Amino acid sequence: MRKVKIFDSSLRDGSHAVKQQLFPEQIEAYCDAVDGSGLHTVIVGHGNGLGASSIQMGLSAMDEVDMVRVAHNHLKKTRLGTFVTVGFGTIEDHIKPAMACGTEVFCIATHCTESDTMRRHVQYVSRHGKEVYGVLMNCHLTSINSLVEQAKNIASYGGDGVILMDSAGTFIPDQISRIVEELCNHVDIDIGFHAHNNLSMAVANSYAAISSGASIIDGTVLGFGAGAGNCQLEALIALMEKNGIRTGIDLYRLMDAGKNVISGMMHYDRGIDGTCIISGYAGVVSTFRTKVEYIAKMKNVDPRDVFLALGERKAIAGQDDLILEVANHLAEHGKRYGGNHGKFGKI
Amino acid sequence: MKKVQAAILGSGNIGMDLLYKLRNSKVLSCECVIGRQENSENLKKCREMGYRTSAKSIQEIIEHPACYDVVFDATSAEAHKVHASILKRMKKFVVDLTPAKEGRLCIPCLNGDECVNEDNVNMVTCGGQATVPMAYAVTREIGHADYVEIVATIASSSAGRATRDNIDEYIHTTALALRNFTGVAKTKAMIVLNPADPPIIMRNTLYVVADGIKLERVTYAAERMEQEIQKYVPGYSITVPPSLVKDNTLAMTVQVEGSGDFLPEYAGNLDIITCAAVEMAEKYAYENLLREERCPF
Repeated sequence: MRKVKIFDSSLRDGSHAVKQQLFPEQIEAYCDAVDGSGLHTVIVGHGNGLGASSIQMGLSAMDEVDMVRVAHNHLKKTRLGTFVTVGFGTIEDHIKPAMACGTEVFCIATHCTESDTMRRHVQYVSRHGKEVYGVLMNCHLTSINSLVEQAKNIASYGGDGVILMDSAGTFIPDQISRIVEELCNHVDIDIGFHAHNNLSMAVANSYAAISSGASIIDGTVLGFGAGAGNCQLEALIALMEKNGIRTGIDLYRLMDAGKNVISGMMHYDRGIDGTCIISGYAGVVSTFRTKVEYIAKMKNVDPRDVFLALGERKAIAGQDDLILEVANHLAEHGKRYGGNHGKFGKI
Repeated sequence: MKKVQAAILGSGNIGMDLLYKLRNSKVLSCECVIGRQENSENLKKCREMGYRTSAKSIQEIIEHPACYDVVFDATSAEAHKVHASILKRMKKFVVDLTPAKEGRLCIPCLNGDECVNEDNVNMVTCGGQATVPMAYAVTREIGHADYVEIVATIASSSAGRATRDNIDEYIHTTALALRNFTGVAKTKAMIVLNPADPPIIMRNTLYVVADGIKLERVTYAAERMEQEIQKYVPGYSITVPPSLVKDNTLAMTVQVEGSGDFLPEYAGNLDIITCAAVEMAEKYAYENLLREERCPF
């Protein structure tokens, strides 16, 4: 079994949980708190990656490349990583400057079927001798065979690994196991998994991924992330150690980072609310949560109905503009769910 | 009336859709579709439709200097950078459908009349053709703006290999066009490829940040621009009317339904740029090559 690398995305996916309002002092405090704790990398950036700061997906509180720069000054032992989604960030405006700031690990993301659009980005990072991982978002929206093809693409571009994202938190452990096993059988690069917790499966799914051969787990401290949050790293690490998988991670330090830094940043209670559960049920990316609630309130419709309708429209990451159209439609034509007519209201 | 001879360089989704659009042109005739592989499915299809094809890439034009007055380049940004200087020396009128931005950025309903004097015009991107005129209409109505942002969502199956390779160029060229045409210094462009089946219709959302937005007047300006664009892109329509998502932030969405020529109706992203390219080439032809016939006195 390969040693499992732990990617900490608290300062990336966690950006979603604070409406992209991460401030330099918070990045500094968090990096100080976890530097040298045994994590493979600390990933920093806008929730949808560098270049995604926008009205569409939320404007960052600070310049996105500055987020990386600030983190670099406070990570002496642990690698600095960042995230770029193709279609939002570019090589010229984001990858190059992030590399110039000392970023050593790059996660390049596309929707799960579109990995050929990351070719130039992965090749660019690889040519410059930095670690690069291809991230496939919303993996539940395609077949295992298609994921295998995408993983082969990423390997052929020089990627060091593939990270599967369960962006809507819809998977169960059996499904993850099958996917990871199949990928391990077909490509010889690291296979990783990034969970969301909409249906309370994030730690279980991550553990299943490891048992099936995954060598990267991407999660967050306290599960600090979009919607219902991510795989809570402290819980996963405790579970791994308890079952004999050595992580080399100082668990108390992660827990203290959560208690002393992250909990002070959280805007709301981390329990899984109805909106997040329906987002997972509908298979709609967790990053929509804040905007769905905002627009649902504005249009006086139920945010859960909005999520169900977005699921029907097969919305994917980055399509936040569809929320307004869907909410308009629900407001005009009445709810198709809930009340006495819907599949949930009937019970 | 003798038609102006045109060639299409590039036989991918955009080149093929362009061929269908040229079929209906009263002014231009497509004399050759130029690809790289003689037996590619698309070139075969062109021959079945009765068109001459060539697999010699730019060499086809070099070898037949007298044959083509107008060259549409539907290859890739990288390839166009090579083609541009060759075609310039040959004095061709070049309509570039890649995001190479070698020539002047062209949105027919905004600066088409001025572009007839250029030798190379760049048709920006599909998202640019769909949103820049709206951004122009809206910001001009408001009188000023602090920020303009667009996001284009297209069906994955409508994006061919060159489009997939040129995502960064797509972003940079679209943002530049937004900046140049609206005069707003801070602009941003993004693109999402959605593989949903059945495929989704191309949709584009425009955000404008400005103080003192008067929704009724902006809506009127947007609807007038919608009509202007519909003159050459019939499937263009506003689907989410201008709305204030915050006091100073306007959002609106347009969709483009294609004519279903090369790809089905969902691929309006092809139509909006191919229709704009033909519109521009026809303007050029009228102005520079057909003037004598048009005004015999």
